[in-house]
Order: sequence, then C-alpha cells, then structure tokens
Amino acid sequence: MSQYQQIMKDGLWNNNVVFAQMLALCPTMAVTSTATNGLGMGLATTVVLALSNLIISLLRNVISNEVRIPAFVLLIASLVTLMDMSMDAWLHQLYQVLGLFIALIVVNCAILGRAEAFASKNKPLASLFDGITMGLGFTLALTIIGGVREVIGSGTLFAQASQLLGPAFKGIELTVIPDYRGFLIMVLPPGGFLALGFLLALKRQVDQAQARRAEQRKKATISSIAPEPVGAEQTA
Amino acid sequence: MNAWQRFRSHLAYHAVQLGVLALLAGAVLAGFNHMTAVEIAKRQNEDLNNSIGQVVPASMHDNDMVHDVITVPNGHGGRIKVYRARMGQKVTAVAYKFVAHGYAPSPITLIMGVDPNGHILGVRVLSLSETPGLGDKIQAKKTHWIFAFNGKSLHNPGAKGWHVKKDGGDFDQFTGATITPRGVVKGVYAALQFFAAHRPLLIHGQTPASANLMHPMQGGE
Repeated sequence: MSQYQQIMKDGLWNNNVVFAQMLALCPTMAVTSTATNGLGMGLATTVVLALSNLIISLLRNVISNEVRIPAFVLLIASLVTLMDMSMDAWLHQLYQVLGLFIALIVVNCAILGRAEAFASKNKPLASLFDGITMGLGFTLALTIIGGVREVIGSGTLFAQASQLLGPAFKGIELTVIPDYRGFLIMVLPPGGFLALGFLLALKRQVDQAQARRAEQRKKATISSIAPEPVGAEQTA
Repeated sequence: MNAWQRFRSHLAYHAVQLGVLALLAGAVLAGFNHMTAVEIAKRQNEDLNNSIGQVVPASMHDNDMVHDVITVPNGHGGRIKVYRARMGQKVTAVAYKFVAHGYAPSPITLIMGVDPNGHILGVRVLSLSETPGLGDKIQAKKTHWIFAFNGKSLHNPGAKGWHVKKDGGDFDQFTGATITPRGVVKGVYAALQFFAAHRPLLIHGQTPASANLMHPMQGGE
C-alpha cells in the first residue's frame, strides 16, 4: 500500500478525527443538528486543515522546535480569520448559520493535532493530502451525524442545502418522512451525544468484524502451508 | 553543525522567527480585510434591506429605506435606529428593530413596520435562541402566528387585549410554549408605545435632505 493510500485510509476511516481520534467533539455536537450544517462546517474545516498542513509543512525547516506551538497557533488563527472574512463576504447565507462556529475552528484541536503529528514531519504534498483526507473524514462524520439527527429529529435530509451551499445542491434536499411531527431531543444537544454514541458503536462493530475476517484469512493461509505476502503486509 | 543550524539554535532566532511570522500574518490579514470590507458591508446592507422588506411592502415607498435613518433615544439609555419609507417627501411607514424577552437568556430580536397611524404592517423575528420546535414557532417560516399582529395598534385590541389568551388577552400561545409568545406580545406592545411617544418626530421630524446629511456620520455602523 502506497503512502497516499495509507493517508487516505487513515483520514477517512482508521484514524477518523471524530470516530477514531475523538477530537473536535465541540463543533461536532454544536453544528450537527442538520446534515447541511454538518457538511458546511466540515468543508470549511477541510479548507483550513489542508492549508494549515501545507503551510506548516513548507515552513517545517524554518520553524524551530522550541517555539513551534505558538507559531502553529498563529498560522492557524490567521487562516481561520481569512476564512471567516471570505465566508462573510462571499458565502453569506452559510456564514449566518455557521458564523459563530467558523471562528471556533481555531480551537479545533484536530487542526493543531495534524500540524504537530503530520505536517511538521512530512513533505508538503503528503501534508496537503493528509489535510484534505482528514478534513473529508471530518466532513463525512459531521454529515453522517447531522443526517441521522435530521432524519430522526425532523424527518428531512439536507433541508435548505440549496439556500446555504448554492442552487446546485437543490437535488439533495429530501423529505424522508412526510408529515413528520418531529422528535425534538435529536435536534437538541442530547441528540448529538446519542447519535455519536450509536455511530461509534456501529464503527467498532464493523472494525471488529473486519479484524475477525482478517484473522480467519490468516489462519487459512497458514494452514495452506505457503504463506502469502498479503498477511505480512497486514501485520506491518 | 553548519552556520544555519548554529543560528537556528540561538535564542534570538526564536524571537525573530515568531516576530516575522506575526508581521507577515498581520500584513496578510490587514490586506484581506481591506479586500473584503466593501463586500461585507454590502452583505450587511442587503440583510437589513431584506429584513425591512419583510415588514414594509416595497409598494409603499420609492426611497432607499436603509439610508433614510433617524436615531431616537429609547428612554432606557439606548438608541433606536428608525428607517423611514417615503413616497416622494411624505413618510408612509417606519421600520425599526426591538427586542423581546422569551424563555432563553438571550433576547429575541425582531423588526416591525408601522404605518403613520400606528397600525402594524408586519412583525418578523430576526434572531432568537428559543427552544427549537417550541418557542421558535414565532418565526414566519415555521407558523403563521406572527401574522396575527398585522393591522393591530395600541387601541386595537386595547391594553387588555395585548396579552396571550392564557392571560386573558387576544393572542394565541403554543401548546407547551407560553413564555415565548407572552414575551413577544409584551415586546411588540412596548414597541408600539415607543412609536406613539415619538410619532411627531418620526413622521414629520426631518426632511430627506437633513436625513441624508446625517447618513455619513452613521457610515461606520
């Protein structure tokens, strides 16, 4: 498996910001009352994460080890401020919904986390790719949690997506359950914890099932005497 | 260890490095702020225009209401900006924002349009943090409740009627949410009293020329 495939697998699934690293839970709980909000917040975070990873990787030989944390924080805060201003100017509808949380991307520990764990040790292109896939993994998590909460809470999916993200998104607005009376708790903060809890349990189930299958395959290859390189690669 | 590495390990390098980074970041932010300032001001004007448009029909005026502003003290130490609709010189309606206190700790912001005789043209919620699914039904996009204020004035239904039905008044409450409608009714009533108290100034107060003169002073807001 190439480095990029590994980065992608880590970002989207194995090391997913929300479902595996359990980071950035504050924005996760706060904005995921609908799938649209989750998607918008995820994409905004992805842009910041990709750019911060790229810039920090480019500067990794300039920034000295002793003062790296304040330097990273300075760079990330500047990027988020740029993001905040450009969304206010050019994506105003989305900004009105996410406004408060955009500024809070600064304190999203996943961004500083990637800067420290990946971008400060890797080449720019790989870091950019890591930022994008980690961001997409975050977007995926937020959209799924938002979708679950929205369908159960208000019976719709991606409501008002076209208003927030542009007319191109009109097609994804769905009314899943017509004439639904709503299930309020899922829209309120407790619903965020409930949805996240159940989704985490589901991911663990899938991971365990996969591990069991890999185990069986390994046993099968051992019993057939000739060990194939597949098993070796998986243990590596 | 070459010269670059020696310099990097020097204490001064850390300070210089952070200083240069901060300067660069500051320069980029200042430049970008300059680039977007006009757009952001435009968006805010559009927002205001949209809000006003919801409570004062476009057919009632031929002026730019956002720029026909008069600032009036509200009697509690604050100031209220009143936007005036004109047909020619004549004031045909005014619109202004006010707050009401509902269930949530932060107040509900509303905007109201009133005709010169003190009849409500429309009331809309601009922002709120009331309970979703309960108190947020005061929004026009959720229910028709807020339209019940259309055409009402201080004397219609009269002081006794300006309460929710549960308190003996004329306005509906919601099942499971009385505090929000009660707060809004109270807020709208107070906003009408504000209009009554300042009516001569709001309707006849200033000519458009002097109102336009006022505008540059408020440009910063």
